[in-house]
Amino acid sequence: MTGLSRSRARRRPPVRPAWQERPHPLTSGAKAVAVVVVLVLVFVPFLVVVSTSLADPADVVANGGWVLWPEHPSFAAYAEILSGGVVGRATLVSVGVTLVGTACSLGATVLLAYALSRPGVFGGKPVMLLVLFTFLFPPGMIPAYLVVKQLGLLDSYGALIAPVLVNTFNLVVMRGFFQSLPSELYEAARLDGASEWSMLWRITIPLSRAVLAVIGLFYAVSYWNSWFNAMIYIDTPTKWPLQLVLRTYVLAGGQLADPSSGEAGLMSAPQTVQMAVVVLATIPIVLVYPFLQRYFVKGVLSGAIKS
Amino acid sequence: MSVQTRPGTAEARPPAPPGSPAAPGAIRAARRESRSRRWRRDRILLAFMVPGLLYFAIFHYGALFGSVLAFLDYVPFLGLTGSRWIGLENFQRLFGDGDFWHAALNTVEISLLQLVFYFPAPLALALLLHSLTRTRIKRFVQSAVYLPHFISWVIVVALFQQMLGASGVLNGFLADNGLHTVHILGNPDAFKPMLVAQVIWKDTGWGTIIFLAALAQVDEQMYEAAAIDGAGPWRRFWHVTLPALRPVIVLLLVLRLGEILSVGFEQILLQRDAVGARAAEIIDTFVYFRGIQGGDFGFAAAAGLFKGLVGVVLVYAANKISHRLGESGVYR
Repeated sequence: MTGLSRSRARRRPPVRPAWQERPHPLTSGAKAVAVVVVLVLVFVPFLVVVSTSLADPADVVANGGWVLWPEHPSFAAYAEILSGGVVGRATLVSVGVTLVGTACSLGATVLLAYALSRPGVFGGKPVMLLVLFTFLFPPGMIPAYLVVKQLGLLDSYGALIAPVLVNTFNLVVMRGFFQSLPSELYEAARLDGASEWSMLWRITIPLSRAVLAVIGLFYAVSYWNSWFNAMIYIDTPTKWPLQLVLRTYVLAGGQLADPSSGEAGLMSAPQTVQMAVVVLATIPIVLVYPFLQRYFVKGVLSGAIKS
Repeated sequence: MSVQTRPGTAEARPPAPPGSPAAPGAIRAARRESRSRRWRRDRILLAFMVPGLLYFAIFHYGALFGSVLAFLDYVPFLGLTGSRWIGLENFQRLFGDGDFWHAALNTVEISLLQLVFYFPAPLALALLLHSLTRTRIKRFVQSAVYLPHFISWVIVVALFQQMLGASGVLNGFLADNGLHTVHILGNPDAFKPMLVAQVIWKDTGWGTIIFLAALAQVDEQMYEAAAIDGAGPWRRFWHVTLPALRPVIVLLLVLRLGEILSVGFEQILLQRDAVGARAAEIIDTFVYFRGIQGGDFGFAAAAGLFKGLVGVVLVYAANKISHRLGESGVYR
């Protein structure tokens, strides 16, 4: 044991520069404690929710509503919510809106960012100013609602996608990235007679995979997580996405009782089932997270710093 | 305005249509001509812009134009054009409304609490992360602390309920050990600190990114030179690290000041009913309940427009202040 750790210590490269003094053991200890506390604060809530969703309902009741570790684990709660009904349908709605919305958003953003990234494009400067102005003065909730209503999008899935189609920040980041690509490539392609369309497909997109991945995932996460637009635009509960169902039945049915709504259904569902819904709504995020994480620091920061 | 600013495009372009070179001296005609030629040259790019531009035109500028309803006695049946113009009456009603001022006060209070308790948190965590010498641990902690940013507010509130609610982990633990249980969620007095705690949990990690980027750009030689001159860790922090972070801190403060009237709308809307409007109403929820729930569209739009205008003024002022401080701020 000691031999192993010593050899590992020897292999570790010298990470501390020569000018830096060795930290006081007390400082190192305090740092280690701080790191552990931070990790516990991040992970324990997730652990409690996952454990509770997997536990035996009787154990959960006996412990007062939660468990730290499921002693008799079962997937009964998941079987119940996925066997159809409100949660099953809401999951399908969320998946559909997220897939279609992300594709539309990414398409519109790439096309606009590409056009605005080409030097000297007709109308490029005024369009860019109009886009940037929306940062300073976002439209109010009421006029936005009336626009959606005027377009006849109320109670349709379009109302969950169209009003958030292009995110200004994502657009600016993507344009910044496209502008950083070497212009010689475009010149060469132009001499070979390539059209703008084929330049976008053959040069820009293959060279921008990282930033496209990050921004696509940003869009996907925001579609998956959104519930407010569904709440104000969608009247039919069968068209609700998962997050709105979660809000209505788990939050409003738990401590944050909302007497005006008076919904039944999952309200009386056991804690295990409620926590299973929470886990279901979190899983896609946790699954895409490693991919997102690999890219976002280099992809997003390079664009953000420039703009 | 140059005619062909895009590099390497002139020669491969199709020749200009006959009759396009204007007679010498007719500069204006030439410019008009070149504009139509650029329009023709870029028509594919312009087609690329269409979906995005339509979006901005309809959902941003259409909605911005729709803000005129703040000056109307808006009746949905009559629409924007049919409703009666009442000038500033909605604003008069708004400024005479005690509930609105209470909501504004709550908003500013929550903003200030966040400024004092949340704003320094990412900076502190970034310094901690930056000081970790082992790359693997550092990477792991970084990935862990970024995660909550991507969790929706609905889930964050559910997690907090499970941890701090009446039948949550904290109270279960306190009760098991014979201690007093605490009433946190649903308690109006604890609501605002609670909101700040939730923001800290969710966004502190994500907020470190920009500070870590600034810390990574500090030249190592500066630290080395300072150390050789006999500066200890604290003096190096004060004279090297902090000056490097100053522009970022000022930039974020400017942005925060412009956003002083927007505090976590979704987060608060989710929890407002549990503590009541007295503690939890902010301007955005006020707009939502009066407008979309109550149907008083003109009045609610007036409140929203007021908030937007104050935001623009604040960004402008904060930007000026940051220039005074010798920083570049958001824009020049």
